[in-house]
This record gives sequence, C-alpha cells and structure tokens, in this order.
Amino acid sequence: MERPAWAPHGIDLSVPSVSRMYDYYLGGSHNFEADRVAARKVIEAFPGLPKIVQANRAFMRRAVRHAVAEGVTQFLDIGSGIPTFGNVHEVAREASPEARVVYVDNDPVAVAHSKAVVAGDDRVGVVAGDFREPAAILASRQVEDLIDLNRPVALLLVSLLHFMDEDDKPYERVAEFRDALAPGSVLVLSHASVERGPATTAQGDDVSDIYRRGGSTFVMRTSAEIARFFDGFELAEPGVVTLPDWRPEGPVDVDDPIVYSGFAGVGRTA
Amino acid sequence: MRAKSSGAADRPDARGGGEPPDGVRRFATIWCRAVYPATATSMTKDEFEGLLLRQARVLTDALRAPRFDPAPGRAVGEALVAAHCTAPDALPAVLGVVDSYLLLYCLDPAELSADEARARCARLQHAISAGFARALQERTRSEQEAVSLAALTAQQEMADALHVSETRFRAVFKDAALGISIADMDGRVLDVNDALARMLGRSEPHIRSRNILEWTHPEDTPEVWRLQRELMRGEREHYHMEKPYSRTDGTVLWTNLTVSLLRDAEGEPRYMLAMIEDVSERRLLNLRLRYQATHDALTDLPNRSLFFERLEQALSSNSAPTRVGLCYLDLDGFKAVNDSLGHAVGDQLLIGVAERLGTIASGPGQMLARIGGDEFVALMLDPPTPDAVTDLAERALEALSTPIEVGGRELLVRASIGIVEGPTAHLTSAEVLRSADITMYRAKAEGGNRYAVADPDSDARAISRHHLTHHLPAALKGAEFFIEYQPLVKMEDGSLEGAEALVRWSHPRHGVLGPDRFIPLAEHTGLIVPLGRWVLQEAVRQACQWQVRGIGGPRPLKVNVNLSPRQLHHPELVEDTVAVLEEAGLPPSSLCLKVTETAMISADENELRPLRELADLGVGIALDDFGTGYSNLANLRRLPASTLKLDRSFTQGLQRDPADPIDLKIVEGIVSLAHTLQLSVTVEGVETSAQAEQLRDLGCDSAQGWFYARPGPPERLPEAV
Repeated sequence: MERPAWAPHGIDLSVPSVSRMYDYYLGGSHNFEADRVAARKVIEAFPGLPKIVQANRAFMRRAVRHAVAEGVTQFLDIGSGIPTFGNVHEVAREASPEARVVYVDNDPVAVAHSKAVVAGDDRVGVVAGDFREPAAILASRQVEDLIDLNRPVALLLVSLLHFMDEDDKPYERVAEFRDALAPGSVLVLSHASVERGPATTAQGDDVSDIYRRGGSTFVMRTSAEIARFFDGFELAEPGVVTLPDWRPEGPVDVDDPIVYSGFAGVGRTA
Repeated sequence: MRAKSSGAADRPDARGGGEPPDGVRRFATIWCRAVYPATATSMTKDEFEGLLLRQARVLTDALRAPRFDPAPGRAVGEALVAAHCTAPDALPAVLGVVDSYLLLYCLDPAELSADEARARCARLQHAISAGFARALQERTRSEQEAVSLAALTAQQEMADALHVSETRFRAVFKDAALGISIADMDGRVLDVNDALARMLGRSEPHIRSRNILEWTHPEDTPEVWRLQRELMRGEREHYHMEKPYSRTDGTVLWTNLTVSLLRDAEGEPRYMLAMIEDVSERRLLNLRLRYQATHDALTDLPNRSLFFERLEQALSSNSAPTRVGLCYLDLDGFKAVNDSLGHAVGDQLLIGVAERLGTIASGPGQMLARIGGDEFVALMLDPPTPDAVTDLAERALEALSTPIEVGGRELLVRASIGIVEGPTAHLTSAEVLRSADITMYRAKAEGGNRYAVADPDSDARAISRHHLTHHLPAALKGAEFFIEYQPLVKMEDGSLEGAEALVRWSHPRHGVLGPDRFIPLAEHTGLIVPLGRWVLQEAVRQACQWQVRGIGGPRPLKVNVNLSPRQLHHPELVEDTVAVLEEAGLPPSSLCLKVTETAMISADENELRPLRELADLGVGIALDDFGTGYSNLANLRRLPASTLKLDRSFTQGLQRDPADPIDLKIVEGIVSLAHTLQLSVTVEGVETSAQAEQLRDLGCDSAQGWFYARPGPPERLPEAV
C-alpha cells in the first residue's frame, strides 16, 4: 500500500544513506555502520572512488568561485548532503561576503545536521525538499527569505542526478528549475560516468546494484546524456568535460586516472 | 611544482637566519607529493602545499629551537587532520617524508650534532602522531556525536509531525459528520465515533459490544452480507451499499454504507473501516421524487416512463411473462373539446376517462398508463388468451359509452384503440408501440369508436402518417433529404432554360419518398419552413454553380423552387430569400418561386406584399397548377406573378393524336390571355414530340416533362442540353 502523503517517512539507521556514504568517501565520521558497510562495498567494486569524490568537491569549489566571478552570489545547492569541510557557503563566502546559500536535501538526518552546522548564520538556509519537486523548493520559506528569484541564481546539482533514473524525469525537472529561475542563472552540474577513465561498465553496474540494494538508485550516464541536462543553457568553456579538466587552477596532474569517471559542466541561461 | 606566492609562505619572516632558504620549500614540495594522494581534501594541490609549507616551518622552528620542545609537532598533526588527511595511508606518508627529508632540507648540519638532530626528529614525529591521533579521535567523536544528534533531532521532528497529524486525524474521526467505525477482521468493533452513535441512537459501549455481523435488518439486500463475507475473507477491498439499520426508537435509519478493508504493510487484512452516511431524509425525498417522476400529475396514473419501464421489463425477462397484450387508446376528437370548452374542461374530462378506464385494467399483471395528452395504454402481462386483450378493449369502449359529467355538463367521449398481442421473445418495446400506434390510426381512419388488431404484414408495409411526421425533424437534421432537378426547356429553340428543384426524402427504411408523401405533413407540422429554407439554399447554391461553370450557354440558367402556403405566410420570407441569394451571389432574376394558384388567389393584399417585394427585387413568381383554382381571371392582373404554369391536366388532352380540340382551344385562350397580361407560359408533363410541337405552335414559352428529361441529380443537367 502506498504511504499516505501526511505520514512522514521514518528514519531507519540500518538502511544506508546516500549522503552519509558520501561523507564516508570523504573520510568523514558522519556515518553509521550500515553506511560504512555499503560504502566499503562500493569502494571495493570501484576502487579509487574517494578520489573521484575529492575531485568532485574540488570541481564544486572552482565552479562556485566561477559563479561569483560571474556576478552570481545566490546559491541553491540541491542534494547538499552532510555539510563538511569546504562547504558551498564557506567557499562562496570566501569569494563574496554577501553570498547567500540555501541547502536542500531529502535526507532528514542530513537536513537536521545542516541546520545544526549553519545555526545562527542568517545568510544560509536549509530546506527539507526533493529535487523532484522544484515548485515546492522554490516556494519554501527559506528560499523566499534568502533568495531573490528575480535575480540570477546558481543552481548546484553536484553529484546528484546519477541518483535519478528516467522515472524521476530528471531532464524535465532541470528544465523546470531553468524556466523558474531568472535569466543569467547558472547551472553547476557533475555526474558519474564510466565513459572515460579506467572503470568498466560492469563496475558501474556493480555500484548501481549496491545502491539499489540499499534502496537508492544509481545511474551512470554518457557525456552526451549529461550534456543534455544543459539544454537551454549556454555552456561555459570548456563545456562538459571530465572532473579535473573543468577550468583547473594549475597544471592538471592526475595521480589516479579513476578521477576521469565523471563529467562536469557549468551553464548559464540567456 | 612550486607553491604559489600566497598565504603564510609570504609572511614577513620572523625567524632567525641560518636555514637554507629553499630547503623548507623543497621539503614542503616533496611532502605534498607524497601526502596529497592520500588526502580527501578539496584543496588544490597548490593550496595543500601552502598548508604543508606552514607546517614545515613549524617543524623547522621546533627542530632548531635552542631549548627543544616537541609540542609544536602535535599542532602539525592536528592541522593535518583538519585538512582531511585522515585516510589510513596518510599518516605513514606524512611521517615517512619527515623522517627522510626534514633534517636534510630544513637543518644546517652545523647547528646540531647528528645524534641530537635524529633524536629531535624522532620526537617530533612522535608528537605529530600524537597530535594526529588525538585530533582524529576528537573529530571522529564530534562527528559521530553530531550525526547522532542530527538523527535524533530528525527522529524527534518526525515524531512531532506524526503526533500533530495523529491529533488531527483523531479530531477528524471524532468530529466527522459521517459515522465511522473500525472493526477487526472477526467483526469486533474497536472504535466508533460520536456521529455513528448519534445516528443509531445507541451508546458507544453498546455499539462496541455487538459484532458487525449482528447489525442486520429485515430490509437488507442479500448482497450486503455476501459482500461483507467476501471482504472479511480478504477477497474484496471495499463495497458500497444502501443499508437500513434499526434505531432504538424503532424507526429505520437508511444509510449509504462504504466498507473498506485496511491491510498492514505486509498486505495482510487487519481492519475493516465503515463510513456511514445518514440518507433517511434523502431516501424519502427520492421515493417521493420517484413517484412524481413515474406518475402523471393530472390523473395519478403511471406515466409514459413507468409504462416503458414495465414494458421493457416484461419484454426483457427470459422467464415470465411469455406474452404481452397492449391496448393503445386515443380519444376521438379530444382536441375539439379542448379548443371549444377550454383546457380546464379538457383536463377534467381526462380525469374522468382515467377513472373509468382504471376500473377495467386494475387486475394483477395489468397496468393502465397515460402516455400522452389523450393517449392511454393498458398493458396486460400473460393474457390468458388473445381474446382477453380484445375483451379489455371492448370493455374500455363500453366504459366510455356513457357521457362523463364535467362541471355540470355531460360530455360524450369516444376512443380508437390499437391492439397488439404477442410473445415477448420476439418483440421490442419500440416495435410494440409503433405497431399499436399504426393500428390505432387504422381504427381511427375507419371512423373511430372502435378497436383494430395489429396485423404484422400490413404494419410492415404501412408508413403511418404519424411515423413520418415523427421522423421528419430527425431526417432534416440527418441530411436524409436531397434534391433532383428537372430541366426546363425553351420551346422556341429547345435550349435549356433552367431547372425545377424537386425535393426527395431518402428514408432509411422506406427508400426514396416523393414530395407528395411528406410535404403535406411538413406543411401541417410547420417543419416546411426549415425544410423549404434548406431547399432554397441548396437550389440557389446549385444554380450559382451552374452559372459559374457556364452551363446552358451564354444565357444564365434559372432555378424554380416551390413555395408552400405556410412559407408564403412566414414573416421572414423576404428577408430569408434575400439572405440566401446574397450569400450565394445569385442574381434575383435567376430564381423563380412557384406558388400554387389556390394559395395565391386566397391571399389578400397583405399576404401578397412579400411576393410583390420579391418580384420588385427581380425574383420571378410563377402561378403553379394554373387552371385548378377557379381563378377570377380579372384578378390575374393584380397578382405579382411573371409566369403561368399550366396544370398538367390541360396538356394530357394534347397527348392524343389528333389532340382534343377543346383542350386546344382552352390552352390557346389561356396563352393568349397570359401574353396579354405579359405573363410567360410554362407547361408541365410534356411526354411526346407531337404534344411538344402542338404546345409550341400554341405559343407556350417553356416546357418540362419526360419528353425532354426526367428529374435527376444536378450533375446530369448538362447532358439535357
């Protein structure tokens, strides 16, 4: 039987959480045994994964700075997960003191923790929301309080969309956000892929399986499929590229080619 | 790789001299190369190297201090943890580089003895490890605590939300206007709300003390308990029923009952939820409305819809009855009563008739209904013999044979009855009624005050006037009419002058019907107005098309259209005709309207005005069937006609060879008279060449008839030229 809308989902800490597994990849301890067991399995199936996560975090930092350099100081970070060292609001604040950030996640624990971390900071908000319901996010009180929707917004979908399969209509949702946000808004997006890098399709399937067993979805996409998320956006140079190749701040020297297992890009609406 | 010139590396140097200037930087570079791959930091490599450079200076300072203190090593270990160098591989990488390169790059060998330097380096490594371990432990503890706290907070928030919603739902349950009860799968009532207790007039404990299976009522449908048992076996998810319950005060509570099965997360049936709406009042109202909807307000007899319901029922059931008998009764001359004595008297008369008839069709399996103004039907289910139905009809006529008193006046009313009797298996209600209707008209045609018995063979052939009248409107809507055109020829040279539009009805059952079959009916019912307008539109459009295509040579073809008396009197005749012409773009002179002589001579000046207006606009007016209406010949002058159309009776005499000399003289006289009045003459029914020659010699201007061409579809007209 489908759960009625009014009944909140319970919290079952014996079920791995996507955001706490991500924290584990980053070497954090914001996680429980079930998260660690699942995360270790993923790392076993996809050795070097923490390096990808690290490269992804590094991309996010560069992209946030890029957005600020482009004059965008309002950030909507969807699927923000467990806040940890080098968060969006820290990076953005470093680049521009008036930066405002709204974090959105559908994991109640991640939301509760985010609220604790940013408590007392009146330029950061946390929304319990779901990417699949753009209208609800945009209508939330925190967005209303912190973000002027008549001005450009940087929408961060960093390492999020590979948790959406086609039933979740991720392309349509991105388009909904695109159409709702003011012209000049920026899309910052990264996404897992086995198109480049040393990992095989079979490894990608293993990762999907482990996530599926934990009740989540994980979809590897090709660079072409990932580029399609930018329909209606003008891509910033160098376009949709592997994580380390997006506007590196120094010469690219890669210790482990596994970091090529993901694509990133930044686009802007006219 | 070199560190960018940023951050602490460029701070004014506060240390004493002696350190090889590039040594510390080179050490930091080597350190970074070894450690960076083992970190999870989001810093770039340059940033990380900057951080390590600061740590290298701390170590260098400690190493070179006059009084050695390894404590700064702890701070270095802590800084590394803060920068996410927490992977298990990170610490060996950190210490390995310190062990191998710190003394080499960061210490002038002259400053310390080799043993002392090595000892200091080792102790610094211990301090780094200790700082690292403590910071990592601290961080792990605080992060674990933070995430646990977050989980607790989230759980608490959910519990609060659940509590709020639970409170809300409890309020909904308690205060709902709908009666609600929840029972377990054995039928034990677990919970009922106030509304239900009120509806039943019983206390909550009393309701809870009884199993739901005990809530029976004599008027329960057997269905309800079958559905309930299916639900309790988990074979049904819900059902919806109208169900009565007994109240304590002995009255009946009628309800709309909806029972749903509630399953648990594993899909096992757990509870039954009943939602109960009190519909007692609505039910009473419905019964009253149902009675009103099925009974005639005037006579209180069953009405048309109830009659049909019964008839359908009788004809549809496979078992009883096997035969039905039906008397369709229509009063003779009732309209006259209404017209002369008024509707109030008419109504009283109908009540009287209903009373009389009621006494003769009141047995079991019989029903008397009023299905129209003065139309009654007696229905007999399973008549013992066919004669029983005719007996009934006889008794009905008998019952009406004595006058009925209405308002102190004795009125004698007679009736015509059509009888149908037959096996139910082969009849539909529409067939039965049609047959009865046709048969009733037969009785009426034979003089009324009698009955006739349906005869299937004659029924099938008969297209009753009634039937056609009834179907005319639908036929007009359904485009069952079409037009044929009969060419009109100029006698002088035999060229095509125009065509007469003749309407036909392509009847789905009776085939193509000529105008004589339905125009009088349409005239009678008034449908002639829309039908006539349609014919006019069609014919004008067609004529226009012929003209555009240049058919008939340089002289534009004309079209003749019949105008009935009713159309003639229609107030919008002129307006409509002009609109049709303008819409099609046909010059008025290309249209000729035919009006019968009878209609035209009986018209007074007022009634002729529309025709005169049309004639003034250039529309031709033809006096149709001339010679049948005893025209006052002197009157012809004042009529707006431009053409005389001789009745075919005159031309028939000319078919013989030699022609009837009297007919010849008459025609000659009429033609001469017409020409004197500047009217052209058209003849109809020309069938032979001799006839055609005669008529031409007599000076007739135009002609139509089989000799030239029969009526046909518009596309055949060009061939007639």
